Amino acid sequence: MELIKLRGIEKTYQMGDISVPVLKGISLSIKRGELLALTGSSGSGKSTLMNILGCLDRPTAGEYWLDGQEISQLSTDERALLRNRKLGFVFQSFNLLARTSAIDNVAMPLAYSAENLNDREARERAAEMLMRVGLADRLDHYPSQLSGGQQQRVAIARALINRPPVLFADEPTGNLDSKTSEEVLQMFERLNTEDGITIIMVTHDPKVAGHAKRVIRLHDGLILDDAPTAGSNSENSGEAS
Amino acid sequence: MRVYATARTAFKALRRNPMRAMLTTLGIVIGVGAVIAMMEIGAGSSAALKKTIASMGANVLVIQPGTAASGGVSFGAGSTTNLTPEDSQAILRECPAIRNATPMVRARTQVVYGNRNWVPNAMYGTTPAYLAVQNWSNLAEGEPFSDRDVLNSNRVCLLGQTLVRELFEGVSPVGKDIRIKNIAFRVIGVLAPKGANMMGMDQDDIILAPWTTIKYRVTGTSLTSANQSTDSTASTAVNTLSNRYPATQGTLYPAQDSVQQSDNPMPVRFANIDSIMAAANSSEEISLAIEQITGVLRERHHLRPDEPDDFSIRDMAELTKTLSTTTTLMTNLLLAVAMISLVVGGVGIMNIMLVSVTERTREIGLRMAVGARGRDILRQFLVEAVVLCLTGGAMGIVLGHGGSLLVKLLLHWPVETSPTAIAAAVLVSAGVGIIFGFYPAWKASRLDPIEALRYE
Ligand SMILES: Nc1ncnc2c1ncn2[C@@H]1O[C@H](COP(=O)(O)OP(=O)(O)OP(=O)(O)O)[C@@H](O)[C@H]1O
Ligand SMILES: [Mg+2]
Repeated sequence: MELIKLRGIEKTYQMGDISVPVLKGISLSIKRGELLALTGSSGSGKSTLMNILGCLDRPTAGEYWLDGQEISQLSTDERALLRNRKLGFVFQSFNLLARTSAIDNVAMPLAYSAENLNDREARERAAEMLMRVGLADRLDHYPSQLSGGQQQRVAIARALINRPPVLFADEPTGNLDSKTSEEVLQMFERLNTEDGITIIMVTHDPKVAGHAKRVIRLHDGLILDDAPTAGSNSENSGEAS
Repeated sequence: MRVYATARTAFKALRRNPMRAMLTTLGIVIGVGAVIAMMEIGAGSSAALKKTIASMGANVLVIQPGTAASGGVSFGAGSTTNLTPEDSQAILRECPAIRNATPMVRARTQVVYGNRNWVPNAMYGTTPAYLAVQNWSNLAEGEPFSDRDVLNSNRVCLLGQTLVRELFEGVSPVGKDIRIKNIAFRVIGVLAPKGANMMGMDQDDIILAPWTTIKYRVTGTSLTSANQSTDSTASTAVNTLSNRYPATQGTLYPAQDSVQQSDNPMPVRFANIDSIMAAANSSEEISLAIEQITGVLRERHHLRPDEPDDFSIRDMAELTKTLSTTTTLMTNLLLAVAMISLVVGGVGIMNIMLVSVTERTREIGLRMAVGARGRDILRQFLVEAVVLCLTGGAMGIVLGHGGSLLVKLLLHWPVETSPTAIAAAVLVSAGVGIIFGFYPAWKASRLDPIEALRYE
């Protein structure tokens, strides 16, 4: 079953009198449990597409089905709710709250969830998430007391706290050295295979893209090519095409 | 999101920058402190004023004879003599709104004891009811004169504290004799201290005696004037003009000595008195009492409907109202100034909240990305502003209360704790937080998550 389906997505920015077309008709579908990389040269529209996929932005034209629901016309509040329940975000620059402990950072999205967990439950859930990313012994550390890789793992734990089916990562390793990048990517692979979380990451590093099972290359607002990587098995790629 | 959780988030956010939070809230602290101090001092003053008014005799009405006019020349209030003690009794009898009434005769003359003398500010001839009218029934010493003393024109008197101090130097005067116009009065009681009235007049500088005694034995002895000082001819010797315009009149009849006088009181057909002092049942009934007294006196004085009143009624309420209006006005003015400082404090809050929103743009973007709606962000920043203001308000209450206590201790100003002021301060500071926190919070809630996340 398709988790994500785009048809003819266009995005045009209006800069005064000039309109800047960034996405010029993207159609693709992504299945549950995929590990996908979006690559392409700088300015090709990767982040723009990612924002639309992540329900942070609305396409100018086209249709977007997420989990069987057409969402390109949802209101701002409805999209916020959707993000909270179904989507997780990991950013290049971690975006952790300063002077806030790791566990409080991870628990933060629970404040906006409909689940209404009490304080103890929220902390338990956050601790469990931090354990999953291997930071069980860093619960009360502040971001300034963590390494870059650890901070990004806190951010991953935060993205997963509401148990979303999809995780978006825009240049997740952009601020990390190659060794910690490897750790983060291995974590993505584990989450993908063990928990079946669909992961969509943006990168222009071919090595990072190599960890994905499927790579979509954008060029100038259009899909240049969409292919399974050499490392992934044929069964997966067959479904993807 | 629950309010409690929001408040905790707000606290955490403020704790991240405690020094700035402190400075931001300083305006509110000072504003609320000023409001509290003003309200407490104002409440203290008006309570003190009420006490002073009560000491002057609450709900007291003074009835004076009307003005005499002759050929368009008015002689001023009290220039006719048409009030009688019977009027006073009639008022007490026939006016249900009147609690008590007493005739009054005034005199001003020297009082002598031993080698000391004093001219009391007030020398009243009255009845025992005077003490009831003035709420002054508790004597410091001795006992009041009786109605029998009034009937018999007995030479007894009550002294105020000031006279005791001036004439007796603190020694108990009860049972001693003082001399007024060379007539011996037995002191039978001492009035309780009352202090100064609103105009700063010493209410203890007083001597009370039966009105019959004052009327027939003291003022009656001097036909020319009740004021002994004008009796003196000492000044005329110096003033050369007085030869041409003599102030003193030649006496037509041989002078009587005081013994002759007291043996032969002046034959009076009806006794007229200077005024009647009456007390209404309550301040609400004052206007009713005035109406009833007017009716009774017009009837007794046989006035035709088209004739003007031949008496006037003064009531203290007017005066006290004016005075309390003045204090209220002053308090309100100061309160307005304090309010302005609250507004200034609010602007400070708004300023810092705007800075905070700008600084935390990325945080706002992040919160929105993980599912916060605009209204969640709005609430978060609003609660932050309110928490800031309430904290400032709490500190302001402590500061203001401490300030007014200091004023009480150091300046001996009357101060009264006012729970209304505290409740108002809490409400006002929360209100300031909501009003001045709203715009920054609204701005935060309108941010676009993508732009906010990209903000450097
Ligand atoms: N808010 C905006 N207003 C106008 N133009 C925009 C806006 N956001 C992006 N663009 C334009 O859209 C194009 C694609 O931007 P985008 O951020 O998607 O690129 P990208 O593929 O993520 O590049 P990079 O690899 O450098 O991050 C760029 O040319 C950019 O100038
Ligand atoms: Mg980008």
